[in-house]
Amino acid sequence: MTSMRTPLKKVRYLGSAKEGADHFWKQRMTAVANIFLGIFLVWLIVSLLGADYATVKQKLGHPLISVALLGLVVSGTIHMRIGMQTIIEDYVHDEGLKVGALVLNTFFAVFIALASLFSILKLSFGA
Amino acid sequence: MAVTSGHGVRPNRPLSPHLQIYSPLINMVMSIVHRMTGAALYAGSLLLAWWLIAAATGPDYYSYFLSWCDTWFGKLVLLGYTWVLMHHMMGGIRHLIWDTGHGYDLKTVDLLSWGSLAASLLLTAIVWVCVAMGGA
Repeated sequence: MTSMRTPLKKVRYLGSAKEGADHFWKQRMTAVANIFLGIFLVWLIVSLLGADYATVKQKLGHPLISVALLGLVVSGTIHMRIGMQTIIEDYVHDEGLKVGALVLNTFFAVFIALASLFSILKLSFGA
Repeated sequence: MAVTSGHGVRPNRPLSPHLQIYSPLINMVMSIVHRMTGAALYAGSLLLAWWLIAAATGPDYYSYFLSWCDTWFGKLVLLGYTWVLMHHMMGGIRHLIWDTGHGYDLKTVDLLSWGSLAASLLLTAIVWVCVAMGGA
């Protein structure tokens, strides 16, 4: 069946990136989460000053602290990935370099996320 | 006749002037710094990951991590990290306020821009006073 939509309407619907306002909305959602989780992180680090290893391990392994840290890592890495994506798209004009940079950007964010999440879970569940 | 449109053809239209043409207003400077602090936090995520990995690895490696933090370079990085985090957070709150469609008159724009800078410095100072008292 022929679509009754004009090409202009199709483009406007989800835009040229075919994602609509998804990127915009995710950036704001994670931004709001990061305000609270960022304050939590600063508090956590200050509260661990001068603590010995056993105390640090016990505190980081506490369920509430762990869950908040997991949230911070997930929200933070999503936020930084799409933030850096915008920077790359603004300044890297060569198509090949841009695609390469976008791939590396995702790899870096995923690496930070996986390494951090693994460490937090190890502190909670590990021996 | 010269080709003025089509794939890969850049018509010779006038361009908008680039950054160096404008005198640096506080709003513009804070916008640029917001992007720079965002990029700095991106790199700083390595330090956060390192901290978590060190804590999960064991006491010896964790004390190595702490001894790195205790060097003058480590302290400088952590002080910078604190301000960058606070500045990006305050800038983010400013942008969330603007996202509601409010605060666009020039007085409020200037107030929010200067305010986010002042708040970031104040919060950094508060955190490091806590660090100094906690470390003593």
